[in-house]
Amino acid sequence: MRENLLWSLVAVFVPFSLVSIGGGPSIFAGIQHQSVEVHRWVTAREFVDLFAIARAAPGPGSMLVTLLGWKVAGWTGAVIATLALFVPSSLLCYGVARMWSHYRGRHWHTALETGLAPIGAGLILAGVVAIFRVAGAGALSWIIAALACLIFAWRPKLNPLFVLAGGAAAFAILHGAI
Amino acid sequence: MCTMPLDRPSVPLVSIILIFFRIGLFSFGGGLSGWIYRDVVTLRGWMTDADFLSGLALSQILPGANVTNLAVYIGQRLRGPAGAICAVTALVAGPFFAVIGLLVAYDRLSTMPWIQDGMSGAAAAAIGLLLVVAIKGARSASSSLVPFITLAVTFTAVGIMQWPLVPVVLVLAPLSVLLAWRKAASNA
Repeated sequence: MRENLLWSLVAVFVPFSLVSIGGGPSIFAGIQHQSVEVHRWVTAREFVDLFAIARAAPGPGSMLVTLLGWKVAGWTGAVIATLALFVPSSLLCYGVARMWSHYRGRHWHTALETGLAPIGAGLILAGVVAIFRVAGAGALSWIIAALACLIFAWRPKLNPLFVLAGGAAAFAILHGAI
Repeated sequence: MCTMPLDRPSVPLVSIILIFFRIGLFSFGGGLSGWIYRDVVTLRGWMTDADFLSGLALSQILPGANVTNLAVYIGQRLRGPAGAICAVTALVAGPFFAVIGLLVAYDRLSTMPWIQDGMSGAAAAAIGLLLVVAIKGARSASSSLVPFITLAVTFTAVGIMQWPLVPVVLVLAPLSVLLAWRKAASNA
């Protein structure tokens, strides 16, 4: 049973590792679907909490999978999920990095870059929608997200922890008041 | 040869580990490439600007977290396979424990209702951080028709229709790259 769980972590996250164009945000929609609806590792509510914890902690947002692994099988699960997400993409990147200097400036180089960029952006937008959908979020969540977006666009170097703390405080106060 | 480490005294693996470990622990909310640039290029001169920037582009078009890809690239350029393994492992090690520590602390506190409200608010604010990235991407994609359509189709298929992500990307990516390739070729 436990081994089955560990294998399913590998089977779910390895493919995501290789399609996460544009980084972690592009696969959040897919990870949410797999871990909430298909495998039922966590509830929709827990998933949203894990997402927020992963964003508040240092490191790539895709450390979300470390938390999913932890929920499924403790330390072993956390290690396996993390390796499953980071090793395949790192190996691919290593191989490409070795060849990269050889082919710098070629057409396919530019074509890859311009062809994949809009897919990455579309996936990130889909990830935003997916997270709001599972959160069952009301108007208050949308307003906080929009305000946070404005602040981040205005002050890109501001430590995001301040904004996350501000969002937390605003929600806790206003949710009680409304 | 491009696969050789740079033509200068080799960088100690210990330095690579220390620098990437520190960057990993302070990488709140992303936007780390600036920190890495400062450490690797400005402060230590381990790489040229061009080297760093092409690696940055590479790490963004390849699948995987941009920061871990950049670490793999820089480690590989500096010290080959050992350098790549040290850089990416050091980068992820700190956050690995930090994120689990936060979760454990949260599980202990989550029985209090205002903690639940606070987490909802923090999650909403974190989505704001994602929106910034999405808007940037959407703005540069809408400079011409084909990338804009690609973006819209990707978003509709995965976000609205909720089709599975992997097959959608496997179908769209070759098409989009092919179109970009033909455009680049006809402009050349």
